[in-house]
Amino acid sequence: EVDLEERLAELDLRSDSDVPDVPPPTDSTPEILKRALSGLSARWKNWWIRGILTLAMISVFFLIIYLGSFMLMLLVLSIQVKCYHEIITIGYRVYHSYDLPWFRSLSWYFLLCVNYFFYGETVADYFATFVQRREQLQFLIRYHRFISFALYLTGFCMFVLSLVKKHYRLQFYMFAWTHVTLLITVTQSHLVIQNLFEGMIWFLVPISSVICNDITAYVFGFFFGRTPLIKLSPKKTWEGFIGGFFSTVVFGFIFSYFLAQHQYFVCPVEYNSETNRFMTECEPSELFQMKKYSVPPLFQAVLGWETVNMYPFQMHSIALSTFASLIGPFGGFFASGFKRAFKIKDFADTIPGHGGIMDRFDCQYLMATFVHVYITSFIRGPNPSKLLKQLLILQPEQQLSVYKTLKSHLVEKGILQPSLRG
Amino acid sequence: RWKNWWVRGILTLAMITFFFIIIYLGPMVLMTIVMCVQIKCFHEIITIGYNVYHSYDLPWFRTLSWYFLLCVNYFFYGETVTDYFFTLVQREEPLRILSKYHRFISFALYLTGFCMFVLSLVKKHYRLQFYMFGWTHVTLLIVVTQSHLIIHNLFEGMIWFIVPISCVICNDIMAYMFGFFFGRTPLIKLSPKKTWEGFIGGFFATVLFGLLLSYVMSGYRCFTCPVEFNNDTNSFTVDCEPSELFQLQEYNIPLVLQSVVGWKTVRMYPFQIHSIALSTFASLIGPFGGFFASGFKRAFKIKDFANTIPGHGGIMDRFDCQYLMATFVNVYIASFIRGPNPSKLIQQFLTLRPDQQLHIFNTLKAHLVDKGML
Repeated sequence: EVDLEERLAELDLRSDSDVPDVPPPTDSTPEILKRALSGLSARWKNWWIRGILTLAMISVFFLIIYLGSFMLMLLVLSIQVKCYHEIITIGYRVYHSYDLPWFRSLSWYFLLCVNYFFYGETVADYFATFVQRREQLQFLIRYHRFISFALYLTGFCMFVLSLVKKHYRLQFYMFAWTHVTLLITVTQSHLVIQNLFEGMIWFLVPISSVICNDITAYVFGFFFGRTPLIKLSPKKTWEGFIGGFFSTVVFGFIFSYFLAQHQYFVCPVEYNSETNRFMTECEPSELFQMKKYSVPPLFQAVLGWETVNMYPFQMHSIALSTFASLIGPFGGFFASGFKRAFKIKDFADTIPGHGGIMDRFDCQYLMATFVHVYITSFIRGPNPSKLLKQLLILQPEQQLSVYKTLKSHLVEKGILQPSLRG
Repeated sequence: RWKNWWVRGILTLAMITFFFIIIYLGPMVLMTIVMCVQIKCFHEIITIGYNVYHSYDLPWFRTLSWYFLLCVNYFFYGETVTDYFFTLVQREEPLRILSKYHRFISFALYLTGFCMFVLSLVKKHYRLQFYMFGWTHVTLLIVVTQSHLIIHNLFEGMIWFIVPISCVICNDIMAYMFGFFFGRTPLIKLSPKKTWEGFIGGFFATVLFGLLLSYVMSGYRCFTCPVEFNNDTNSFTVDCEPSELFQLQEYNIPLVLQSVVGWKTVRMYPFQIHSIALSTFASLIGPFGGFFASGFKRAFKIKDFANTIPGHGGIMDRFDCQYLMATFVNVYIASFIRGPNPSKLIQQFLTLRPDQQLHIFNTLKAHLVDKGML
């Protein structure tokens, strides 16, 4: 029986080069593709597989967008679960910890708890009218934090009770690994969903900008690449980085122009309690109404126009694309560093030619948080539905006093006409 | 052996005296102390990581850990300060801008640290650097969030700060004494010194202690009133009409206890009932925080977190059982005691757009009409 503690102690103190390699992932290319491409050399075959899978993923993406917000939410949730699974599996492989008592169950249990907590906080706000009608749901919502905390504590106590003498350090490592993974994948995915509820455009433009930056940086690097960018990812070049930046800004600009015209993308997602469905119908906010902008004299000479009709949102898209091109890649470098640290080529081999789901989403990590922070800081104030939900929890006397204060405020501002009955 | 006993005893008394002095000095000093304890705990845990991994030679790592601590504290303090010092913040222009774009600024600061980390990755030390990054973040999660929840509890009323902490300390001491005199059956392999007799004896003693302490404290406004920042005097005030939690009420004693105690009714503060919940948590679940810390110390083969307090070990050793307590109290208050703060809600309402305001107003009106209040 190998003493895990000793092996672990050795692993910790040696430098990276002594760590045993993880066996290479198996080839998961479907048979049909293999046969179709059997005649080509290995390099072109790889290219074709990557290309076909890229098109397949983009098509799935469009299909889901067409199917609507609810399907998108489900997609985000599935991706989150798969990413979590991939990272946890890496931890298992590196530490050989499948034999640890309860660890798999505990990891999935914590995932469930954290998701329950977040879905209760965010999604429940949007279903306020639906929830009001059902007694049991009201109870769950009112004591939501307490219930989530109790669930988490149960997991915590189970962890403490599962500590086994020979494996203390390993168990603590896996506990921390699980928590950091939850922090990264679950919070990001919930921020993505909150952005989605703000309007599908806030979901589509950031994600497309990151994908576009990936592709255009690769293309520019392929044709013009000469100066390496960072030692972590030797394939990245400065030419690719800068070329990708400019292309992404232009792409974001044009893409926003097209999306801003349709109510389907621009309106906040709302749950209609009568039809029991999600609706995206509204009066488009001023962000999505054409405005005349004066072109700065610099560009006037280049473009030849004096004014241009644009959506204000396109200005914001420049900020989003800039972030996607300049800071987004750091998420990719982080993931590259992680893969090198644990000597793996890809996170998993889910997608042939591309690697795991995490490989596709590594640059998206920071984007979701940025978009969320951007929206809350610059676009909208506090969430009206959350505010409403809190108002409805107040004591009746408090509600009455708040009602009177609000009424006098609205009348003062002229938003409400003073009624004769008061 | 007796020398060790005496050292522990004297230091315990010193710490308790210190605790009382701080309480006397008021909320501002308490906040500062909580912050110092937090920084020291963070430092202790990070130092352990360094000792285990010999990572002092990693580029930038010390700087980055302290930088992340600063960022997260800035974020939390900003959120707290904005809530409690609302009028002060609105008056001063620079503060107003900082508060309006607070999340964005905090995120930008954090991102800077993240990018610095990525740029600092060195070929031979990738794994170690990722470990330390993970270590730092988990430590921040444990230490910093707990300390901010404690401050939130404090603002709710000093009693919500003092009673939970005292219950945990009492449980520590009582469980030790019961274990010393009656201890026979070991409780858990992790901590061989703990016994079932100590655990159960500590539980009952702590519940009783909590009841008595709450009774004494509920009588004083300085403990039961929420801490508020007075704009005119620019200081903290604890002055209010005590809520119904802190007004004596008659309770009927259940028949079971009537024969034991001999009274038919008893006058108690409703808060004392809540104190039973708090003491129960402190005695039954709080120790798991201690077991977690014991497991951690065994995993990394250390006897104590540090040598800050003679006879007791580090600051973390004293606070290990408090981890979960602060979160529990905060969740308890939010779920069972107070609802949202009406004035805060009105403030948020005023920042909405007119059409949103109208929508909320109409919904509230419909709700009140429904309930028959209008």
